[in-house]
Amino acid sequence: MFKRIYAIFVARNREFVRDRSSLAWNLLLPVALVFGLSYAFDGQRDEYTVGVLQAEAQIDTSVHPFLETRYVRFVPYANIEDAMLKVERHQLDLLVEVGPPTRYWINPTATKGYFLEFALLQSASTSTSNVIKEQVAGKPVRYADWILPGILGMNMMFSCLFGVGYVIVRYRKNGFLKRLRATPLTSLEFITAQVASRMVLIMLITTVVYTGTHVLLDTRMEGSYVTLFIVGLVGAISMISLGLVVSARVTSEELAGGLLNLINWPMMMLSGVWFSLEGTGDTIQTISQVFPLTHVLKAARAVILDGATFTDVAPSMGAMLLLSAVFLAVGAWIFRWEQY
Amino acid sequence: MVASWLRDGRSGTLPRMDDSRQIALEARNLVKDYPGLRAVDGVSFKVPEGICFGLLGPNGAGKTTTVEIIEGVIGATSGEVYYYGEIAGSKFRQEAGIQFQNTALQDYLTVRETIQMFRSLYDRQANIDDIIEQCSLGDLLDRDNRKLSGGQRQRLLLAVALVNRPRLIFLDEPTTGLDPQARRNFWELVQSIRADGATIVLTTHYMDEAQVLCDDIAIMDEGKILTHGSPEKLLHARYGDQLINLSHGEIRRPNLEDLFLDLTGHSLRA
Repeated sequence: MFKRIYAIFVARNREFVRDRSSLAWNLLLPVALVFGLSYAFDGQRDEYTVGVLQAEAQIDTSVHPFLETRYVRFVPYANIEDAMLKVERHQLDLLVEVGPPTRYWINPTATKGYFLEFALLQSASTSTSNVIKEQVAGKPVRYADWILPGILGMNMMFSCLFGVGYVIVRYRKNGFLKRLRATPLTSLEFITAQVASRMVLIMLITTVVYTGTHVLLDTRMEGSYVTLFIVGLVGAISMISLGLVVSARVTSEELAGGLLNLINWPMMMLSGVWFSLEGTGDTIQTISQVFPLTHVLKAARAVILDGATFTDVAPSMGAMLLLSAVFLAVGAWIFRWEQY
Repeated sequence: MVASWLRDGRSGTLPRMDDSRQIALEARNLVKDYPGLRAVDGVSFKVPEGICFGLLGPNGAGKTTTVEIIEGVIGATSGEVYYYGEIAGSKFRQEAGIQFQNTALQDYLTVRETIQMFRSLYDRQANIDDIIEQCSLGDLLDRDNRKLSGGQRQRLLLAVALVNRPRLIFLDEPTTGLDPQARRNFWELVQSIRADGATIVLTTHYMDEAQVLCDDIAIMDEGKILTHGSPEKLLHARYGDQLINLSHGEIRRPNLEDLFLDLTGHSLRA
């Protein structure tokens, strides 16, 4: 059994590595995106953002004149720790809790916070006597720090879905699967080899790209590299499994491409690759939970930006493993070798 | 000459064994239905060990579907396949070698790597150097699969079919698309494999190929076997010592193509 899995695993690896254009695409796309987007957007968050500490989901601007300030986005936060973390990282320019007494938290190195503090203190109904100031220290999270896991996750998604889904459909269409079926190889052995091959290749590529960009852009890393690697590994398994579901029966490359795009695009837009899902509606947040990429990015960003431990990201990994189990079971159940 | 049994599809004559060889392969009443089409319609035959058995018929006769059911690649609507007396299963998969009519190999792999990969899928393994020599692939070992000519590719596919020292080999239209010289070279290769003791099941629509290679044939059309036996026996049974007078004055002995035309009313290459 293992001899057969290994034979298919090695053959698939050779096929991938020798296809220079695919290999180059898998390596160059994420690198170009990370560098390009970091250069284009780093430090260019024009909006002034203030967190408002309150239990309610809607902000009542009448409770304090500061909340009526124009050209400032006010975002409600129920949890003080989450909000302070954002001030620490310069993701919020100021955090305010309407009193009495009114309290606010500011990062002394945040330039926008400096101006917002003026605006707060000069608001008509406030004075220094009834305002309490708290300082929060911390380095800013640059766009490169935030986008890097997103780009790597997106590259992993493309590689796993197309690299497995599309390839298996091609094998089926050109008769290679039929040829394999005439050997003692079982479908479980074949699927295992495909999963293992793509997992090793994508983890190698992701590690190389992450290391390169991490070193060159000096991106943030608060947690453990081992935990991050495990998050990537589990994420890769879940996305490969999703690719197997798509490819399990489809015989047309055109249809496979359409189906894969049908999955890719919502996943790319709703999993937090480009922007945070924070503040989006409940429906979007619920839908995003069925995408493996959502859990990969959530866990990876928690490790990279917050220093989350293995235990902290266990719920996300559990969700990914659950999705993998469902996808693999469905994929193996509906898998067929032949074209007709 | 080995002759297993004669079955005339029209008269419904039952099989009669007149050979003591062990039966390597037996198809029993195979049926394959597709929506609106019965591709295989009650096909039965036995292949004694060590012979080259030919399944002949025009394109669309049901040869490939029949063989693929036997190979286990597609499921039958009904019927059974026996390999050395047992339902074809894991032993069959380990001991059968198969060359499909149309099959792709993995891109970017060399001839050597392709042979090695398929060889690793079996418990029974042939000596790789022997296969390379037998299929004359010595000069092509490091060549990418995609860069092989039609004849070279067929030799590689045959080599892949031999990686498990098969006792039973299926060759499905192995010379289609090859030039005459490449076809003759391939025939020699098949004859050498047969001389080593393997049983061969060959599907073809080339009558000359069947006459050169096959000990026993079954002629198929519209999913049914029309007749079955050794080529000589079938021709003799049908024509005796009769000769055919062609329109331009030439006189010759009847061949399998004539037999097929008589049986079905249309040409084998229709």
